[in-house]
Amino acid sequence: MKSFGPVAAVLLVIIGLWYAASVWLNSQWVYDSAARDGVQVGFADMVRATMDQPRPVLPAPHQVAAEFSRMVFETRVTSPRSLVFHAWVTLSGTLMGFVLGTLMGVILAVGIVYNRAMDMSVMPWAIASQMVPIVALAPMLSVVLSQLGAGPGVSKAFVASYLTFFPVVVGMVKGLRSPDPMQLDLLRTYSAGASAAFWKLRLPSSVKFLFTSAKVAIAAALVGTIVAELNQPTGLGARLLSGSYNGQTAMIWATLFVAAAMAGALVLMIEVAERITLRRMGQQA
Amino acid sequence: MIWIAGSVLVWLAAWRLNVGLSHSKLAQRGILVPVIFGLAVLILWQGVVRGAEVSRVILPAPSEIGAAIAGNLPLLWADFVQTVLKGAVSGFVIGCIAGFCAAIIMDRSAFLQAGFMPVAKFISAMPIVGIAPIMVMWFGFGWQSKAAVIVVMVFFPVLVNTVAGLAAADRMQRDLMATFSATYAQTLIKLRLPAAMPFVFNGLKIATTLALIGAIVAEFFGSPTVGMGFRITAEVGRLGLDMVWAEIAVAALAGSAFYGLVALVEARVTFWHPSQRT
Repeated sequence: MKSFGPVAAVLLVIIGLWYAASVWLNSQWVYDSAARDGVQVGFADMVRATMDQPRPVLPAPHQVAAEFSRMVFETRVTSPRSLVFHAWVTLSGTLMGFVLGTLMGVILAVGIVYNRAMDMSVMPWAIASQMVPIVALAPMLSVVLSQLGAGPGVSKAFVASYLTFFPVVVGMVKGLRSPDPMQLDLLRTYSAGASAAFWKLRLPSSVKFLFTSAKVAIAAALVGTIVAELNQPTGLGARLLSGSYNGQTAMIWATLFVAAAMAGALVLMIEVAERITLRRMGQQA
Repeated sequence: MIWIAGSVLVWLAAWRLNVGLSHSKLAQRGILVPVIFGLAVLILWQGVVRGAEVSRVILPAPSEIGAAIAGNLPLLWADFVQTVLKGAVSGFVIGCIAGFCAAIIMDRSAFLQAGFMPVAKFISAMPIVGIAPIMVMWFGFGWQSKAAVIVVMVFFPVLVNTVAGLAAADRMQRDLMATFSATYAQTLIKLRLPAAMPFVFNGLKIATTLALIGAIVAEFFGSPTVGMGFRITAEVGRLGLDMVWAEIAVAALAGSAFYGLVALVEARVTFWHPSQRT
């Protein structure tokens, strides 16, 4: 809690800079329209006029806040104008993909740890895939899957699960290998079988690694979902694209804040799950 | 049917070979096994697409993708120059320098660190690509808007990692520098920055992937009629999937090369670090 003061100060400075920037960026429009009407505007009038333009270059924070509350709180959540509606579309796609990708990633990681040939064949590719912009696949995947008869939710979840998959595989392999040889030897002296070693030693010690990569993966899954939504009618990605076509800057910013809040909430959710799980397992969180 | 059966047989044979290789003592098996696996996947892909007559608007065969690459080299090169060389690299360089400098400034002030680092960590988990439409509005359709998106995307990971790195030098080592009556700048250049380098490069490696993602995704929001992201959306619209896969192959190559380049520089700069010793 001791960082509360400095954080608040930094946030205030950011908001201040934002106001200054929106005056600076929006002033051109004020001067242009004044010149068209043949009137002079003073500095104070100019500043006031930059604060509530319908299509500002950079909307002032209070405009974004107003747009946010209008589309989040004052619109019925079932209406396609409501950001809650679009956020739910995005969230469900992200979560579905995340769960699917994590499951598949864990299964593949178990295969890699127990099968040498699989390890040497697949692992280099899984690592290499992390340097490749997989998101570029998103538009293609969503079009191809919709041709195959999949709904927009499925294709989006597929992209998200694809992005979740690789970090989970890499992290989980590391985790399943994290018990040191001494511990594995100890189990052998108890004449414990391979399955006992897996359930009692390898899996419990991999949990920490799983959560670490899950945090990376869920952020990636959200980005993948948003990008996949660029060619779909609903979702935050679709909102961003339509805002950019129509020049509704306040809506873009409001959508961004919803996406940011969602990312924060998702990561926080995993952190809480991590803390609870590790505590129940008797490990240090 | 013969295509499917044949390719499955090739796949099984390749797998058998890999099982044998992975238990052998051959020195090159670390490279051989994944390459054989990759080739087997391509052959299986080719065989299944041919054999089951999968429509080319669903999944083109590797041979068709290869033909698309070979037949469109000038186009692919132009897209590569626009997206990677102009957009991604310039954004990467500006963003990394900015993040690095910001980290050094922040390191001097405990107040700034306490205030800004939680915000920076929070922001680095955000879907920052979302600012692409705003940047396209501000900087136009050209590569400048892509570079601007990338600057914001790579700034935070580089900042967070560099700040962590600057704290990496030992208390003892710093005390030693103090007994030599070294100035702040001397301590920074001779001790703390070199000690920070493994962390900095960690951030830079994350940034390479982000830079390519940013460059490609930002083009989905508006671009001139050249660029990898533009080509992908345009060809997806025309159902020219062989060309889309060709672009993706180029993106994968570019991403690996970019990453490899940074890893190479890292090996040169942090040759002393345990992870670099073989």
